[in-house]
Amino acid sequence: MQAPSRWRALAGGALPFVVVGAIWEGVARSGRFPPRLFPTLEEVARTFGRLTASGILPHHAAETLARLGAGFALAALAGIAVGLLMARSRSAESALLPLVSIGAPVPGLAYAPLFLLWFGLGNVGSVLLVGFVAAFPVILNTWTGVKTVKEIWLRAAQVMGAGERRLFRQVILPGALPHILTGLRLGLAQAWRILVAVEMLAAVPWGLGWLIFGAREFLDTDAMLAGIAMIGLIGLALEKLAFQPLERYTVVRWGMVSA
Amino acid sequence: MKAAMSIAVALLLYEVLARSGVFAAALVPGLPAIARALWSMLADGSMLKHAGATLYRVALGLGLAATLGLALGVLMGRWRPAERFFMPLVSVLMPIPSLAWAPVFILWFGLGDVATILIVFYAASFPMVLNAWTGARAVNPIWLRAAGAMGARGAALFWKVVVPAASPFILSGLRQAFQRAWIAVVGAEMLAASDYGLGWVIFDAKEFLNADVMLAALAVIGAIGFVFERLVFGALERATVQRWGMLRLARP
Repeated sequence: MQAPSRWRALAGGALPFVVVGAIWEGVARSGRFPPRLFPTLEEVARTFGRLTASGILPHHAAETLARLGAGFALAALAGIAVGLLMARSRSAESALLPLVSIGAPVPGLAYAPLFLLWFGLGNVGSVLLVGFVAAFPVILNTWTGVKTVKEIWLRAAQVMGAGERRLFRQVILPGALPHILTGLRLGLAQAWRILVAVEMLAAVPWGLGWLIFGAREFLDTDAMLAGIAMIGLIGLALEKLAFQPLERYTVVRWGMVSA
Repeated sequence: MKAAMSIAVALLLYEVLARSGVFAAALVPGLPAIARALWSMLADGSMLKHAGATLYRVALGLGLAATLGLALGVLMGRWRPAERFFMPLVSVLMPIPSLAWAPVFILWFGLGDVATILIVFYAASFPMVLNAWTGARAVNPIWLRAAGAMGARGAALFWKVVVPAASPFILSGLRQAFQRAWIAVVGAEMLAASDYGLGWVIFDAKEFLNADVMLAALAVIGAIGFVFERLVFGALERATVQRWGMLRLARP
């Protein structure tokens, strides 16, 4: 009884892709557009296979992921530190909050040329920029999280004799954790969205963004689409392995949103 | 007052850094130089032209995304087969950053407005679709039945019950869509614009080491984003969902 329904679900899930693929294939084969610009899916798949087998595509992907990891780690460390500082110290809050709320809504890519001027083309500038941009949601959410820890929990813990350190480690941090994790999730998503474009602008030697941008020069549309497919795969993996489990762990478990 | 203080202190620190001579003046220009660049670009009208071009692209891309995204999202929320067909496509396309498409769009449509607007459209449509979808599903079934019992059918049910009930979600979708669009347009203009646009100004100024022009354009980008975020969407929210008493529903 199980098997047919599972096959059916699989077929149902595949249907939209089959339809879109068929439309693409129809347009590509109709000859209305030059095949260099609008390759068939078969060619894209072949290029994807060829680039993967020769190790070029994995190398690009690995560099992109390394940059994402470095930038995100920077954002997480600096963001949580600044957020905690702002929430714990009144003077830090009044000094930093206006700056953070001005900086946060400015599109991160607008800083890109400046960062490239200041730190040069390549890895340093791009990792710093990704970290800088991704830090804002982490800062704001950490700050909100610590500020919104229930007053009554703090007082209860104080009455039970918790010192400043224990209060921080056993009440404030766990209380703020859902917000901090939300901030990290938003920061990672932000970092991912901006990284590909930064790679195009920063002329890094390897990286998926650069692969796509470089392939344009040679009218290599199938390589570009293969790169986009790889970006989609990584994005999907991030979504399934990082964002959704985090969301389940935080907002759903804490009862902020019903599953 | 305190906010103004801290901004003033930050600006002062920047000015000291700029004058200290540790960094080249061409890379870290002083505030007067930035103000001069901003003023001269405002005075000769070029900044307005750039801002106009950027706003035009955002308006078209966002308008397209809002209209199509709203229609698709509500359709997906109210009609099961549409949800089953489009949801897998949306979840596969969504994690691809819009700017990854930039080189492909440039190749297909050339440098200029079409590619830029399409990138903005791509970036803005997903938050719109997802929020409209959630909103359409979150309509309280009792309202639907009550309205149905009172004789509302078809279009009346849709416009008078479903849309107001989903409006907090739709509005927050629009807000997110604007934020995405605003980021995407700057990146898209750096990559795909050829003569006008705030993103293009910044990128073009880099070639000539005009850091003062870059920072001036950055200030304009920040100011426009701030105005939209606070004034436009704030006013919109007050005029609609707050007046209808729905805001609690949107932000539990």
